[in-house]
Amino acid sequence: MLPASQLWLIPALPLVAAAIGAAAPRTARRLPVFLALAAITGSLLLSVVALVGALAAPAAKLTANFTWFVAGSTAVRLGWLLDPLGALMSVMVCAVSVLVFIFSIAYLRADPRLGRFFTCLSLFVAAMLGLLVANSLLLLLLCWELVGLASYLLIGFWFDRPSAAAAAKKAFVITRLGDLGFLLGLLWLFQATGSSLFYDGGAGVLEAGALERLAATVLPGGWTAATGIGLLLFAGAVGKSGQFPLHVWLPDAMEGPTPVSALIHAATMVAAGVFLVARVFPLMAADQGLAAVPVHALTAVAVVGSITALLGAVLAVAQTDMKRVLAYSTVSQLGYMMLAVGVGAWVAAVFHLITHACFKALLFLGSGSVIHAAHHEQDSRRLGGLAGRMRFTYVTFLLGTGALVGLPLVFSGFWSKEAILHAAELWPVSHLPFVAGLTGVVLTAFYMTRLVCETFLGRPRGEGAEHAHESPRVMTLPLAVLAVASVAAGWIGTPAWPWLQSRLTGAPVAAQAWSDGLGLMLFSTVLVGVGIAAGWWMYGRRPRVDARALDPLAQRWPRVFAALAARLWFDELYAATLGRLLRGAAALAAWLERWVWGGVVGLTGRVAETTGEVNRAIDEDGLNTGFDRASDGLRRTAQQYSRAQTGDVQGYLRAVVVGLAVLALLLIWGGVR
Amino acid sequence: MSPLHVCLALSAALFCTGLVAVLVRGNAILVLLGVELMLNAANLNFIAFWRFGPGGGEVGLVFVLFSIAVAAAEAAVGMALVIAVHRHLRTIRVAAANRLKG
Repeated sequence: MLPASQLWLIPALPLVAAAIGAAAPRTARRLPVFLALAAITGSLLLSVVALVGALAAPAAKLTANFTWFVAGSTAVRLGWLLDPLGALMSVMVCAVSVLVFIFSIAYLRADPRLGRFFTCLSLFVAAMLGLLVANSLLLLLLCWELVGLASYLLIGFWFDRPSAAAAAKKAFVITRLGDLGFLLGLLWLFQATGSSLFYDGGAGVLEAGALERLAATVLPGGWTAATGIGLLLFAGAVGKSGQFPLHVWLPDAMEGPTPVSALIHAATMVAAGVFLVARVFPLMAADQGLAAVPVHALTAVAVVGSITALLGAVLAVAQTDMKRVLAYSTVSQLGYMMLAVGVGAWVAAVFHLITHACFKALLFLGSGSVIHAAHHEQDSRRLGGLAGRMRFTYVTFLLGTGALVGLPLVFSGFWSKEAILHAAELWPVSHLPFVAGLTGVVLTAFYMTRLVCETFLGRPRGEGAEHAHESPRVMTLPLAVLAVASVAAGWIGTPAWPWLQSRLTGAPVAAQAWSDGLGLMLFSTVLVGVGIAAGWWMYGRRPRVDARALDPLAQRWPRVFAALAARLWFDELYAATLGRLLRGAAALAAWLERWVWGGVVGLTGRVAETTGEVNRAIDEDGLNTGFDRASDGLRRTAQQYSRAQTGDVQGYLRAVVVGLAVLALLLIWGGVR
Repeated sequence: MSPLHVCLALSAALFCTGLVAVLVRGNAILVLLGVELMLNAANLNFIAFWRFGPGGGEVGLVFVLFSIAVAAAEAAVGMALVIAVHRHLRTIRVAAANRLKG
């Protein structure tokens, strides 16, 4: 049993590993690897202990709060929170991280910056774990920003590639747009309630007193403070979780090493946004009963989630890069999670988050195994024929695909997706989430079938695929573990045995009747079948022979396919609007600098020059002769002095420091009174 | 040692580290980093005296916030200078930027 006051140990272990790894000399390549593995294993054990403790009393919010600092009458307090949501998430994060770490050892064995990689990974996981056990929105924001920093370092890990450096910058800047909303929401919340603690024995912001006050604060137009704060916090989640319209960074984040993609897409980073919305769900839902609010916070969440779920799935259809297909699939699945939170089923969202973490980590590590074997070829058009060459990777990849598309009854993805669709069906406000969800199911089945057929079936269509062979044991072992989890993780939350649901809500949830939801299950199973059949008919029946052959979709609908392959021009749109706006502002500043301020300076100079001319005229005519010799002497002296002007900034600084030291000594010995 | 002394010793160490970086490093970006370290040492002093010193109020705290904001602006200007130097000289070695010598 881990008391809440000891929860900080969970993020502290990897943080210490990262600190030591950062300070270690570059020659010690193995030290950071060893430390990172040891620390994350320790965190995993601690999280399991914490989870056992949390499950013993699922409804209790065990907290340990402390005062960070006091400024005047305002005390800023932070704290740790132990509840099933945070504990379950941290077990998931640690477990996935352990497997990704093990995989990375083999994947990056030859990289000269292996130590740096593991240092950054440790920091990444430490920040994520801190975010999960925080009982304060402020502490959560701190960890949130650390997650952003670590993702920047990892996406740009191969920073000598310009595309990786650009992708890292893009991820950082775009998530920062959302973070601005988060920060404003936090400040508003702090101003309105005087606290940033989630649970504080009745005084926390997620407890009844504060929520009632926030919902009762009505702003012009019928908005309430709860709605405003909820929407601002959601803006942060939109950035972090790659929701429309800020989804553009996520596919580019593929530039990082594949284990990083697995970590970003499964356990850390994008999970943070969904977790945040699930954590502050009481706040998001505080305005639900009020009819005067124009747009309820949760409605906005549901709409954004629906759009994202659909958009991600549509864009995934036309990608040829293996990792990009998976990246858009993540965008789509995150949309499902947001949609679930929006329709009020945050438990289903967390359920899907956990199952998704298992199978998406599996799929990414599987693609990493392929890329590793095929000598860094990740274009599925130039792969092919790997089913026989990499049997183990193929089978585990198939299991992951089964879970992602939601093959019925066995796979985890089926149960969590069913839970979401069931909740969306019952949402009284609109049918949009339900329709978007069902459409997404077909598309998911289609693009995953396409990906599997293109990558693994047919004949090798490139150098890399021809010489591919199965990856080493260190890489296949994590695949095996994740494959088991991808299948089994769904059994903790089936309608017949809603263990997860009752634990997360802290109240017993009755098992659903057998007939309830059966029709929906059958319908979505049919949809999955339709998607797979369409994918098989187009890509599996006659596998691609030539890497340069046109995609069957492109033959049929060239315009649509081109638009999708160009990712619907979102990047171009942002470049043409926001980019141009920024460039215009910069040009304006440059123009002001050159003509207005420069003009003032130039004018002053001209005035001074003219005055000088007049002076000179007077001098030369009147006072000239007598001064010549004196000035000659002056010039010689000045030449001597000007030798001291070396132009070397650091030389000047040294002189300043010496002078400072002399001054200090004088003051000390001379006695200061 | 009292907490104040610990803070002051830490800040002195930080300041010296930054100073050495500024004086010794040839890379302009690393020189800027050294400047940042020195600034943060000063900030640490502010906070330490605010927290452990005799006076009440929030002046120390507010001063540090100002100082951080100014440091952010300073870093932006510094980086802009480094980029400008790089454009002109194709290098960011501080020693190469000595046009102003007498």
